[in-house]
Amino acid sequence: MSIPSTHYDVIIIGAGSLGTPTAYYLAEAGVKVLVLEAVPSVGQGSNKRAIGGIRATHSDPAKIHLGLRSIEIFSTFKEHFGDDIEWDRCGYTFVAHTEREEKILKELLVTQKSYGLENDWYNQSDLLKIVPDLNPRCLIGGTFSPNDGSASPLLSNHAYYTHAIERGAEFHFSEPVTSMCVENGKIKKVMTAKSEYYTDIVVNTAGAYAAQVGMLAGISLPVKPDSHEAAITEPVARFLGPMIVDIRPAVGSSNYYFYQHCTGQIVFCITPSPNAWGDDINETSSFLPMVSRRMIETMPRLKNIRVRRTWRGLYPMTPDGFPIIGWSPEISNFLLGVGLCGQGFMLGPAGGELLTRLVLNEHTIEDQETLNILSPSRQFVGQELLK
Amino acid sequence: MTNHRITTHPILPIPARKTISFNWKGQPLQAMEGETIASALFANGIKVFGYHYKDRSPLGIFCANGQCSQCMVIVDGKPLKSCMEVVTEGMSVIPNNGHPELPPVTGESIFHPIPEINVPILIIGGGPAGLSAAIELGKLGIQVLLVDDKHRLGGKLVLQTHRFFGSADAVYAGTRGIDIATILEKEVSAFPSIEIWLQSTCLAVFSDKKVGILKSGKEYVLIKPDILLVTCGAREKFLAFKGNTLPGVYGAGAFQTLVNRDLVKPSEKLFIVGGGNVGLIAGYHALQAGVGVVGLVEALPECGGYKVHKDKLVRMGVPIYTSHTILSANGEEKVESVSIAKVDEKFVPIPGTEKSYECDALLIAVGLDPVSEFYQKALDFNIPAFIAGDAEEIAEASAAIFSGKIKGLEIAKFMGQNIGDIPAAWYRTGEILKSRPGNVFAEELPDLPVGVIPVFHCSQEIPCDPCSSLCPHGLIIVDKKDIRSVPTFIGNNYCCEVCEKCVAGCPGLAITLVDYRSNPEKPLVSIPYEFSGDVVTKDDIVTILDTEGNSLGDTEIFDIHSIKTSDRTMIIQVETEKEKAPHIAGIRIQTSPITQPMFQYVNHVEDDTIVCRCEHVTAGEIRILIRKGYKDINEIKTVTRACMGACGAKTCASLIRRLFKEEGVPYDKITDPSKRPIFIEVPLGILAGERQEEM
Repeated sequence: MSIPSTHYDVIIIGAGSLGTPTAYYLAEAGVKVLVLEAVPSVGQGSNKRAIGGIRATHSDPAKIHLGLRSIEIFSTFKEHFGDDIEWDRCGYTFVAHTEREEKILKELLVTQKSYGLENDWYNQSDLLKIVPDLNPRCLIGGTFSPNDGSASPLLSNHAYYTHAIERGAEFHFSEPVTSMCVENGKIKKVMTAKSEYYTDIVVNTAGAYAAQVGMLAGISLPVKPDSHEAAITEPVARFLGPMIVDIRPAVGSSNYYFYQHCTGQIVFCITPSPNAWGDDINETSSFLPMVSRRMIETMPRLKNIRVRRTWRGLYPMTPDGFPIIGWSPEISNFLLGVGLCGQGFMLGPAGGELLTRLVLNEHTIEDQETLNILSPSRQFVGQELLK
Repeated sequence: MTNHRITTHPILPIPARKTISFNWKGQPLQAMEGETIASALFANGIKVFGYHYKDRSPLGIFCANGQCSQCMVIVDGKPLKSCMEVVTEGMSVIPNNGHPELPPVTGESIFHPIPEINVPILIIGGGPAGLSAAIELGKLGIQVLLVDDKHRLGGKLVLQTHRFFGSADAVYAGTRGIDIATILEKEVSAFPSIEIWLQSTCLAVFSDKKVGILKSGKEYVLIKPDILLVTCGAREKFLAFKGNTLPGVYGAGAFQTLVNRDLVKPSEKLFIVGGGNVGLIAGYHALQAGVGVVGLVEALPECGGYKVHKDKLVRMGVPIYTSHTILSANGEEKVESVSIAKVDEKFVPIPGTEKSYECDALLIAVGLDPVSEFYQKALDFNIPAFIAGDAEEIAEASAAIFSGKIKGLEIAKFMGQNIGDIPAAWYRTGEILKSRPGNVFAEELPDLPVGVIPVFHCSQEIPCDPCSSLCPHGLIIVDKKDIRSVPTFIGNNYCCEVCEKCVAGCPGLAITLVDYRSNPEKPLVSIPYEFSGDVVTKDDIVTILDTEGNSLGDTEIFDIHSIKTSDRTMIIQVETEKEKAPHIAGIRIQTSPITQPMFQYVNHVEDDTIVCRCEHVTAGEIRILIRKGYKDINEIKTVTRACMGACGAKTCASLIRRLFKEEGVPYDKITDPSKRPIFIEVPLGILAGERQEEM
């Protein structure tokens, strides 16, 4: 019996932060893969809206594992693939201005150090040596992780895309999935307005739209987008080392963060409080005044830098703030890489490798701890501390 | 150091200004109080303001409009756009090479809340359309906030020294643009219901229906309008050619700003690209300012601008090369020459036709794009919005005045004001004012060499009628129902009393009077003339020219005079043979050899055709991607950084679309780059409402 020409071993839905690296790793392993993407080119959903921070300094082993592996990939990208993705090992600094933050950060250090992370606590004067432009007023100290960094989400994702194509992956753009044919608990084919494709496995990496894609296969996924606003400035000569994260809650925002990208531009973002649920990505007037004030309070020198552009991106959130990676319990050939909670870019490379190992049934004992924490079948009762 | 200031001008007064001193790279230089840093540097002959971070190529003025960041300099430690900042006594200015240092700060900040103001109507843009709309609303006592990013109202009218075309009844035709600006400014300022914020740039229209305004360049304010009127005008299109970012390549707006607003001479020898009205008029303005115009290229077989504008320029001695294109701007640090070539019917340069001309500046006037993004956003966010002038549709300023007037009344009606219907004839007039040039007819010449006869060297259908109201006996007729028709003289050879008002008042400088009375064999011809007194004087021998600039021989100037109503237009009289007299339309002003081509064509080998001026992305780089199959400009942006720079894709997006077209990819197959706020770069401190704590 001949297999129809429109048969693919794997169909990935969504050419974004996670789908694109997954396509690369699958193609690299010789899998015949098709990526279906609703918009006209790669990385045009939430990927290009990410600000580019990459860290392993998370609060749980799953994301620490994925973070460490992703940093390994990002930091050797140029050697491995030849592309300059603007990787910069700038580090992350979480600043503490109150005892609450000091306590949270110091407690997290215990977990983080136990997984081999090299971050540490610095009191005010030592932290000011690392970040001299921090406002010393009210500053108690903070953590600094020298091995975290940043890169360009757009360039990284595009590089993965180019190499995936070189290895035989196919990408169909402007071709959203309209329905899926499920038979006996398995997706048999995937339909679009242009064609239909038979497949053995479907991978859902649809980011903010993962729940809608889940519904096409008849399953409900606890992923809903939260809209965060971000902005970028003009470039200036390098003056800031690490990403600065301030987890102090304030009216309108639960935290914010900024760093100097290697182009010299400051990129910044805020976590809205309360959450801005939904997929509205139109800019609001409240963001810039709110974030600007917070940033200048933390780093007065920023007041003269000029803001160039502002935008909004979607954080596909899960109830507990942790990603969902693993096989759907309802549909046996439906692999989920969803609900990355705004960390799809920084966890994308390791996430793509992990999804690939799951497809190939080659996941390791080391993967098991990660997969347990990120399991689609979990109860979603905990709460991520460093979202 | 050479002084590059305009010290005499036929139209513009040269104000007495206080001289101040500032430093450039530690050297003391003189500036005029109140002028921008960019103009002060230009006046001192400094045209290179820094070097690009990416390729170290020289940077200078490009837009002179606060839109791009090409003119950035470091002022007392802070990076600033030199075209927007006023020079002050003792200021220390240094070049901006690569990325500037962010200045350190001291002292504590205090934060003021960002003011939020509700207004019934917000008008963005105080040019001809915005002012005209505001006037209509002001007459009805309706509250309006009008914001404009410049230091005075009028938009681009303030740069237009020539008399306007259009309808004398409807839109001040016959009056100079600079004077229309003053009239409208005065009128709008008289209405108590209209509040005006100058130097106030609209930054964004947000989805929560608020509009962010950078008030007076230093305070961030959010306006919540019930109705938004967008009259932001247009931005200039740019052109891809080799050497197109060399200092000395300007948009027409930048050139006119330097010359007509700041009275600075940015060039001695100018070459113009583009034969639309903007390029033709800019050429005329250049000549008036004492700048030599080497030539003008137009890719089409005919100039797109009004024939009278073209004829005027040709008569001044400026060669116009139609069916020609620019190949390159050449030079090391700044423009030193231009290379052009003839094109075939597909606009491809024909080998062997290349020529080069010495020049020190290139003026690019290849069309305009509407600045309509705020209107689009308002529609997206369900804010009741109107649009008028060039922001709606590119046309002459006269059309913008009229469309603003109509939109003002439409807004009043929308608000429920009982003002009756807007006459249908107004919409027709609006359309007529927007119309492109029409048919060209043969010139009508006097049939009998007796008496006095006006000759109209105006043979093309254009919307213009001032001449019809100039004749005290009402003998010049333009069809009032359609002012595009050419004028006719309904008197006979004995009606004209030689008041010369038509000669002095025609915006196209296209009416002459042939006076056969004293000597039918050698009649006296009155010709309009708008140059400073020192260009030609009585008894000089000048070359007389027909409408299209062909020489009719040399003759002596019989008289130069002005008439009471002439408003700075002079009248030259020459005496000449009766066969030539009716054909005379002007005298040659520019006789210098600067229009001669160089001995050898300058072949510009380096492929430095820049598409994205901010990030210095070349056309070659983008063509490679298009040939690879890229169709989403966002993807081109990802890979090249084109569209990511300071200007916000204002310049490159249309050039990239054009490259797609040239590569055979139709527009409906490509995806435009995402449009994102904010309109210009603004310091974080201003957005935060930050002030330094008072000591």
